[in-house]
Amino acid sequence: MKFTLNVWRQNGPQDKGRMETYQVDQVSDDMSFLEMIDVLNEQLIHQNIDPVVFDHDCREGICGMCSMFINGEAHGPGRGVTTCQLHMREFSDGDTITIEPFRAKAFPIIKDLMVDRSAFDRIIQAGGFVSVNTSGNLPDANATRIEKSHADAAFDAATCIGCGACVATCKNASAMLFTSAKVSQFALLPQGQVEASERVLHMVNQMDLEGFGNCTNTGACEVECPKGISIENIARMNREYLSVSLTTK
Amino acid sequence: MSSLNAHIPEGPLADKWTHHKAKIPLVSPANKRRLDVIVVGTGLAGSAAAASLAELGYNVKAFCFQDSPRRAHSIAAQGGINAAKNYQNDGDSTFRLFYDTIKGGDYRSREANVHRLAEVSASIIDQCVAQGVPFARDYGGLLDNRSFGGVQVSRTFYAKGQTGQQLLLGAYSALSRQVAKGRVQMFARHEMVELVVVDGKARGIIARDLVSGELERHSAHAVLLCTGGYGNVFYLSTNAMGSNVTAAWKAHRKGAYMANPCFTQIHPTCIPVSGHFQSKLTLMSESLRNDGRIWVPKKKEDAEAIRSGKKKPTDLNEEDRDYYLERRYPAFGNLVPRDVASRAAKERCDAGFGINKTGEAVYLDFASAIERYGKEDAHVQGIHHPTPEKIRALGEAIVESKYGNLFQMYEKITAQNPYKTPMMIYPAVHYTMGGIWVDYNLMTTVPGLFALGEANFSDHGANRLGASALMQGLADGYFVAPYTVGTYLADDIQTGKISTDSPEFAEAEKTARDRMEGFLNSNGNTPVEVFHRELGKIMWDQCGMARSETGLKKAITDIRALRERFYKEVKVPGKMHEMNPELDKAGRVADFMELGELMCLDALSREESCGGHFREEHQSEEGEAVRRDDDFAYVAAWEFADHDPGKAKLHKEDLVFENVKLITRSYK
Repeated sequence: MKFTLNVWRQNGPQDKGRMETYQVDQVSDDMSFLEMIDVLNEQLIHQNIDPVVFDHDCREGICGMCSMFINGEAHGPGRGVTTCQLHMREFSDGDTITIEPFRAKAFPIIKDLMVDRSAFDRIIQAGGFVSVNTSGNLPDANATRIEKSHADAAFDAATCIGCGACVATCKNASAMLFTSAKVSQFALLPQGQVEASERVLHMVNQMDLEGFGNCTNTGACEVECPKGISIENIARMNREYLSVSLTTK
Repeated sequence: MSSLNAHIPEGPLADKWTHHKAKIPLVSPANKRRLDVIVVGTGLAGSAAAASLAELGYNVKAFCFQDSPRRAHSIAAQGGINAAKNYQNDGDSTFRLFYDTIKGGDYRSREANVHRLAEVSASIIDQCVAQGVPFARDYGGLLDNRSFGGVQVSRTFYAKGQTGQQLLLGAYSALSRQVAKGRVQMFARHEMVELVVVDGKARGIIARDLVSGELERHSAHAVLLCTGGYGNVFYLSTNAMGSNVTAAWKAHRKGAYMANPCFTQIHPTCIPVSGHFQSKLTLMSESLRNDGRIWVPKKKEDAEAIRSGKKKPTDLNEEDRDYYLERRYPAFGNLVPRDVASRAAKERCDAGFGINKTGEAVYLDFASAIERYGKEDAHVQGIHHPTPEKIRALGEAIVESKYGNLFQMYEKITAQNPYKTPMMIYPAVHYTMGGIWVDYNLMTTVPGLFALGEANFSDHGANRLGASALMQGLADGYFVAPYTVGTYLADDIQTGKISTDSPEFAEAEKTARDRMEGFLNSNGNTPVEVFHRELGKIMWDQCGMARSETGLKKAITDIRALRERFYKEVKVPGKMHEMNPELDKAGRVADFMELGELMCLDALSREESCGGHFREEHQSEEGEAVRRDDDFAYVAAWEFADHDPGKAKLHKEDLVFENVKLITRSYK
C-alpha cells in the first residue's frame, strides 16, 4: 500500500509549526498505524530529515501513551481503539492521511506529535487517591463487602487510560471525562467515600487551574474514548460537586 | 571466585522474615528527613516503593522515561495477582504458594525469598483494596478468585483482563499523593544513563532529561532500580517499546552482578509475527488453553498447501490433524506449563509443519469447545435434535461470554474471525526471570544499590508462574524494601547531603556525554532499528526456546561482530540537547548488545535444561528437559570485568533446599 501523509512538524513549544507532506510505500495492511510511522521514520533518516517525534510505548492499547489526531479524529477512525491498535487495512491504498497532535491549551506541544499531558498527573495529585499509607495491618480485604454492581461500575470508570483523547476531541478542550472517571471510581467504593467531598472539590479546582474548558454536554468525548468511558461519570461528578459546594462553606 | 553471601536470616523458614524485621535497626523520623532515596522506574515495584518510603518520611526522587509514572509496562499485565488468602477454602496456604513457586521455577530460586513473598502476599490484597482497587467481586460482594497454570487452587485475584492496570493505578495514586505532599519529587521523561558510585557505595545517578536533552546529576543515600525486565533484547517481545536494560546494565558495569541472565520466559500463546516491520507482539491470555486445542497438519503437503493458500484449516479432517500436545502429554494435554508448550510448537514448526506464510505458527482451535458447549446448552434449553447450525450458534455464544474480549482483540489485529477459523499462535518472549543479583535485603553487590521487581532475579527461578509477577513487584515495593532499605540507611544518618560536585559525579556525567556524542558523530548510514532487529534475530535463533553449544558460540561471535559494525555504521540524527528518541534508542540498543552476549555466555555455561532454559544436549530420548541438580543447583552471578561483557566472571550462589524435595516435573 502507498499513502500520502500530511504530518504536523513543530520543533518545540515556541516554534510556529507547519504541515509537511511525505510519501510512504511498502506499507502492508497488517501493519499498525504506528508501524507505518516507523517505516516513514526509517525512510526520513535515510533522507537526512529528522524523524517524526511521537509518543508511544506498550503498543497494545493500555498504557495510554500514544495519541495523534488522524484525519480529524483522536486515535483515528474506528471505535474502541488507540492509535497503536489501528491497522492500515482500515485505509485504502493511495489515501491521503492527515496527522496532527492532540491540541489543547493545557496540552502544550513538546515536538511534532508529542504533547505534554502532565496536567492530568496534577489533577490526580489534587485528590485522585485514597489517603491510606502502606501497612501490613489494614482490615482484611473481605472485611467490607461491596455490591457487585458498584464494584463493576467503579472498575468501568477505572479503566480510563489517561490518553487525553477526550480533551483533544472536545470543542472546549474539557477534561471532565478524565476527571469524572477518577471521581466516580472512588465515589462508588466505600473506601473512597471518607474523603469524597474534598476530592471532588480539589480535582475540579485543579482541572480549572490547568486551563481545561467546561463541559457543554456534546458527548463527543464518550464517542472517541478508546475505552468507552461513559459520560454518566460526568453527571455523577457534577452531582457530587454540586452537593458538596452547597453544603460546605 | 569470591563467595556470595545472600544474608539469609537464621532460623526456621517460616520465622525468618518476622525475626529479621524484629531485629533490624530503625531510623528515627527526624533522621529519615535527612536521608534521600532515588527510585528509578515507576511500575508496580517502583511506584509502591517510592510511595511507601515517602510515607515513612524519606526524601524520594522518582524517575521514569515515560511521560507519566502511570504508563509503566506493569499496566499491560492481564491475568491477575496471586495471594495465599485461602478465601476459597480449597487448601491454599502460605506454604503451598511457596511450594508451587519453587517447583514452578524448576528449583532454581532461593527458598527464603520465595517464602517471604508468599507471606506478604495476603497483605498486598488488603493494601490494594484499601486504596480503592476495583477487584472482581461475586454477587455476595466478596472478592472473586480464579485459577492459573501450574497450581491446584484458586488464589488469583483479578480485575477482568486488566489486573496490572488497576494495580498500577493504585500504586500510582499512592505515589501521586506523596508528590502532592512534596515528599516525592517526580521526574517523568527522564532516563537514568549512569550510576554514580562514591567510596564503593551507590550515591546517585546521571539522568537525561529527554525533553531538553540535558544531563542532570542527582545524589542520594540509596538508589533503587525498579526498571523491569530486558525481554526487548530479542527485539520482538510482549514488552513495551521503551522497556530496556540500560539502568540495570549501567549498574552491572559499575559492579552489580547479573544473575541467571539466560532465564527467559517464552509465552506459548501470542499472535505470530506477520511481517518485517512488526514492532511488537501481543499476548493472548493463557486462559485460552482451557478450551482451545493446539494442532498442526499431520502431513507436510497439507501444511504447504495451507501456507500457500491452497487449503484452509477447516478443509482438513480430524484424522489429518496432529494435536501434538495431547499426543505427547496425554495427562496434561493442552494445559502443560508455558515452557513445555512453547518448545513443542517450535519443534513442529522446525520440522516443517508451521501453518502461516512464515512457517512459524500453529493453530489454537475452538471448534471442539464450541460444539461441546453448544450441545450442552441445547440440552439445558431442552432443544431436541438441534441442527449443527443451532449447536454452533449456541456454542459460539458461550465461548464469547468466556473469552469475548480476547477474540475481539485477535480479530482487530489479524482481521480473521476466530469463531469461524482457528486462531494462529506462536510463542513469544514475555518475561525475564534473570536480573540483577540481590541478597535477602534486595541489595545488589554494590552497597546502597537495591533492585526490585522484574529487575532482580530472586523469586521465579528458571520459570515464572502466571499471576506471580504482579505479586512480586508489589511485595518488593510495599512490604520488603521499606524495611530493608531502612536497615542500610541506619548507618547513614550522620553522612549528610551527598554532594554532586565530586569527581565521581563529574566522571559519570562525562562518560554519559562522551558516549552520546559518539553516537551522534558516527558517520554511518544505518538506523539503530536495523541493528536491534539483527540482534533480536541472533538471540531468538540461538538463545531462544532451544539452545546448543554450537549455536551459542556462533551467537557470541555474531553479536561481537554486530557490535563492532554498530559503532562504525550507525546513524543517529539530531542533536544532544533536544528531544531525540533516536539517540535514546541508540543507547538502549548498545546496552542490549552487551547484555545479549552475557546471556549467551550464561546459557553456554549452564549445561542442563531447566524451566525456560533448554539445552539441546540435555534432553531425554523423548525430547524432555533434563535438569542436573548435582552440578547446577546454583545461581550464576556474573561480574563485569576487563571492560568487556564477554569476559564476565562467574560467581556461584549455591541453592540450599531444606524445605522442599527436588523432583523432576512430568506432564505425561
